[in-house]
Amino acid sequence: MSPGREPAFSPRRIRGMVRRHWYLLCGSWPRVLELAYWPTVQMILWGFITKFLAGHTDLVAQTAGVFLSAVLLWDVLFRGQLSVSLLFMEEMYSRHLGHLFVSPLRPYELVISLFTMGVVRVLIGVGGAALLAIPIHQFSIFEALGPALILFFVNLLWFSWAMGLIIASLVLRLGLGAESLAWALIFLIQPLSGVYYPIAVLPTWLQPLSWCLPSAPIFEGMRAVLFEGTLRTDLLLYAVLLNIAWMALAVAVFVILFRSARDRGLLLQIGE
Amino acid sequence: MPPAIVVEGLVKRYGSVVAIDGLGFEVAAGSTTALLGANGAGKTTTIAIILGLLAASAGRVSVLGSDIPRQRARVLGRMNFSSPYVDLPLRLSLRQNLLVYTDLYRVPEPKRRIARLAADLDLEGLLDRPTGRLSAGQKTRLLLAKALINQPELLLLDEPTASLDPDTADVIRGYLESYQREREATVLLASHNMAEVERLCSDVLMLKQGRLVDRGAPAALLARYGRSNLEQVFLDIARRPGDAATPRAAE
Repeated sequence: MSPGREPAFSPRRIRGMVRRHWYLLCGSWPRVLELAYWPTVQMILWGFITKFLAGHTDLVAQTAGVFLSAVLLWDVLFRGQLSVSLLFMEEMYSRHLGHLFVSPLRPYELVISLFTMGVVRVLIGVGGAALLAIPIHQFSIFEALGPALILFFVNLLWFSWAMGLIIASLVLRLGLGAESLAWALIFLIQPLSGVYYPIAVLPTWLQPLSWCLPSAPIFEGMRAVLFEGTLRTDLLLYAVLLNIAWMALAVAVFVILFRSARDRGLLLQIGE
Repeated sequence: MPPAIVVEGLVKRYGSVVAIDGLGFEVAAGSTTALLGANGAGKTTTIAIILGLLAASAGRVSVLGSDIPRQRARVLGRMNFSSPYVDLPLRLSLRQNLLVYTDLYRVPEPKRRIARLAADLDLEGLLDRPTGRLSAGQKTRLLLAKALINQPELLLLDEPTASLDPDTADVIRGYLESYQREREATVLLASHNMAEVERLCSDVLMLKQGRLVDRGAPAALLARYGRSNLEQVFLDIARRPGDAATPRAAE
């Protein structure tokens, strides 16, 4: 092979990593099942809660889809973050990072491939639950939120990538002993995101913290669509700005912790 | 021809522990060089620094004319490595793992390359078997196939024939010899198998406590120590007191 210089960015290298995780996913039906299992269980549960509350509360009766929309959109954030973190940890479980980091694969190509597979996993998991909600609860999130769904989906996915990258970086630096962060950290964000209630419900001193999270304006925007039938572009723009800041923070954390891991010789020892 | 690897004044400290202590050597392009030393002598640390997986505390490393780690992206596609301590994904089949690496190294005609490697390394009947179901020897051959997937100019091998039976190990050594000769590749290998080192290597670097304590062609080392095989030389050096303080480093 010609020793030609490696390009700084190669879609083929990204394809290689997507391929690696696609083979893993396709070769294990429990993994596919696991992707759709929890979102579907949550959807079914919240659908019945909504039915019960609709008979007792005017507000819920008027906007029957608010809880189902919230649970499905929350799962976009949760599953998206979990996918990025877990896919990275797969490399650590299999003691594979050493080979990856001496290949021409650039760290940002690795990250892009994780994001790509994260989208696939979210579409399988949350997409399946959203489709099942139509026959089970006669509720379509596609109709309820309309085109705004795409904007909410993209913003939540974006935030989930930033969160996933931060958690993966922490696990890289701290080792697999810190893997529970992948499941636990996101639930610190849930009460602050106003998934099931407006941010105004939170104590006054906590609200500024909520408004630092891109998820807060997204869930407020979701309620605006469902309750008022309006798309709040101000909230969307605010979410985009926050997402830019969070992604910059996530990249900085990744670079710093990756360098620290390399200084300490963790890239070869990981998994042990 | 400039050396393939240049290491100058290399130091690696982990807190107060000095793993590499002022190491310096060159590896000639087109040679097969062995890194020898007892456990903890610094072989794996040295290889990790050469690969850019580990940052040095001080010193300079140049690989194929590029500074490591600053310019490592320039040369990663021209080198490769294999180690029994770093795995490939166990749930993927051999073919899937090798296909992934043909993408990562942007290998042209990937299927043909995989077929060739499978034939050369006796992996043909195993290509669709999950990697996790391979025997230790089969896994070693797969790791070697991965290390050769991009036909590297520089090959770093950590225990390349570990877990192989004598017959298979002999075939692999023969394959490495012919690969090195045909491609004029540079090979740096860490091994505890002295017969392997004598057969494959034109140069031997003896490490002890993170320092280079001797160096030379296998025949020259045998003559210098008055021994009949490298294992005896290894034992002489390993058991000789005071080397770390007064390195004989290689003339």
